[in-house]
Amino acid sequence: MPTMRRISIAAAGTAAFALALTSCAGGDGGDGSDIDRTADISEQTLTVSIWADYYPEDLAEQFEAATGVKTTIVNHTTNEDVVAKLTASSDPGIDVAFVSGQYAQALAEQGLLQELDKELVPNESNLYPEALELDYDPGNVYSEPYAWGTTGLCYRPDLTGYDPTSWNDLLNPKPELEGKTTMLSTDRWLSMPALKAEGHSLNTTDDAELDEAKAQLLETKPTLLAYDDTTFYSKLVSGEAALVEAWDGWCNYGIAENPDITFVVPEEGADLWVDTMTVLKGSENKEAAMAFINYILDPEVQTWVAENILYKVPNQVAMEALDPSLIEAYPTLGITVDELFEQEVIVDLGEDSLKYVDLNAEVLATN
Amino acid sequence: MTTTTQQATPAARAPRARRGLAAAPFLAPGMLFLIVFMAIPVGLLAFYTFFKRGRFGGLVFEFTLDNWAKLAEPLYVGVILQSIGLALAVTLLALLIGYPMAYAIAGLSPKWRTVALVAVVLPFWTNFLIRTYAWILLLNNAGFVNQWLQAVGLTDEPISMLYTPQAIVVGLLYMYLPLMVLPLYASLQQLDPSLREAATNLGASPWRAFRTVTLPLSLPGALTGCIFVFVPAMSNFVIPELIGGGKTIMVGNLVRDQFFEARDWPFGATLALVLTLLLVVVIVIQAAVSRRLTEGPRRG
Repeated sequence: MPTMRRISIAAAGTAAFALALTSCAGGDGGDGSDIDRTADISEQTLTVSIWADYYPEDLAEQFEAATGVKTTIVNHTTNEDVVAKLTASSDPGIDVAFVSGQYAQALAEQGLLQELDKELVPNESNLYPEALELDYDPGNVYSEPYAWGTTGLCYRPDLTGYDPTSWNDLLNPKPELEGKTTMLSTDRWLSMPALKAEGHSLNTTDDAELDEAKAQLLETKPTLLAYDDTTFYSKLVSGEAALVEAWDGWCNYGIAENPDITFVVPEEGADLWVDTMTVLKGSENKEAAMAFINYILDPEVQTWVAENILYKVPNQVAMEALDPSLIEAYPTLGITVDELFEQEVIVDLGEDSLKYVDLNAEVLATN
Repeated sequence: MTTTTQQATPAARAPRARRGLAAAPFLAPGMLFLIVFMAIPVGLLAFYTFFKRGRFGGLVFEFTLDNWAKLAEPLYVGVILQSIGLALAVTLLALLIGYPMAYAIAGLSPKWRTVALVAVVLPFWTNFLIRTYAWILLLNNAGFVNQWLQAVGLTDEPISMLYTPQAIVVGLLYMYLPLMVLPLYASLQQLDPSLREAATNLGASPWRAFRTVTLPLSLPGALTGCIFVFVPAMSNFVIPELIGGGKTIMVGNLVRDQFFEARDWPFGATLALVLTLLLVVVIVIQAAVSRRLTEGPRRG
């Protein structure tokens, strides 16, 4: 999710068309073959789909050098983008897909994911114990976490004049902050602040609660500078905005340019999002795919991710190896696992997820 | 025109038919290309509109008219009307600004004419997202324009110029103005100067000569320009999102969101098809009016 909309919107538009054209038959894929632990993976080839700018540039070369597996990395722009590819085609040609937790859950429910053979993923032991007990996939049966974080208020104290603590600071801003705030408009993050501020679960499917959130969001809309999923941090840097709803890692991109910027998780709580790695059931290179996931869980690789992408990783060994000065510069990296687990994990809501889709459409299209 | 064809003798019709056949090899590659890459996708789009959405995008093959019924919801009707309104405003402004521009360019010496035309087309050499972001940098509250206005003392507080419906109109106008200027220029430049001279010789004032000679003869070009501006302005979704701040959305945004956010391909296809049909209607009207304009005088 975090990096999901960084690619040009225009390119995404074309992709939608391409997708629309190539889809029709849904496939359950998969030959159900068992994992061969002794397979020579260097004879396999691997295609990995991941968000752009979310991994070391030379990752494919690194992995190839380490294992001999010829690896291709392709980028997707959004969860929807890759999930559409995976569900619409019987052979999407992807072995490993990076998707957010709730999407891994949905894909697993569709029978599209391969159960992981933990013998092939020994580096799982580097993870925080909590990272094995996430609601969307308890026990990490189908997915391993890649990065995680939360969503909160990213702001400039010099412009707000005070330290916000509540979602209401964003939803019902002080008069002097009107026209100086932005909100995320994508997926579940549009409704999350309103649901949390009203004390509801961000996974609620209760119509009355969703209506309440919608009413609040419509009231908030005129006070916003803009809805912004991609450049909110640069609006803070430029001073256009004083207070924005932001994913913690993206707030760091603002902090990198202006150290005054800071981040807070509102007192009503927020989400715990997880971006995960999954192996497709239809893959013919499952052993190599699992070796890849294992490679990513190597502390060195995940330390690189934390230090360069500025997202927290669920890898205890990697996080403990982080340069303390980095945590000082980027307070979101210092959010502890305990603090993170006070937040609510976003889970897939099945057919009810359409309620959120409709809510988003109504809020965004209403003047 | 039609009457003359009907009256043509059989002898005259035969070579014409043969000429049609002879054209086939020239038409075929282009037509084939259009059929494969235009007709089939649009056909698919139409097909999609009658089925239910899959949970992860795609289709469930169960016939339904819900997608069409959904179109009638006030929410979507509102967005469509709003898009038409915004696109019309952009088109009118483009015509008002573009006409004098094209007129002036057509009157320049050949050398300066080339310079002016290159200047008009120049922005197309840069990626349009980059240009849009440049606008944001220029016009935001902390941007160059506001800094400059404040430095010069014209204003104390920054003026909000972005993230409003008006900003969308300005952004679209900037984007598509060249598409108005170029066809207008083409039609104005082709005008036989002797027509205007004749009018002047017969005692018409410059204004009257313009109004009765130049203006009517340039109308087809103006109509083409209007279509060139209206059609893409209507379906743009990047400007409303970036310059409009996502607070005012247009049909293009709706279509995009159905595919990328809502995973509702059938409804996205319905919206896209309606947008396409709307634009086809506009183009057909333009063609009809334009034909009347060019043929009218001859008939009279």
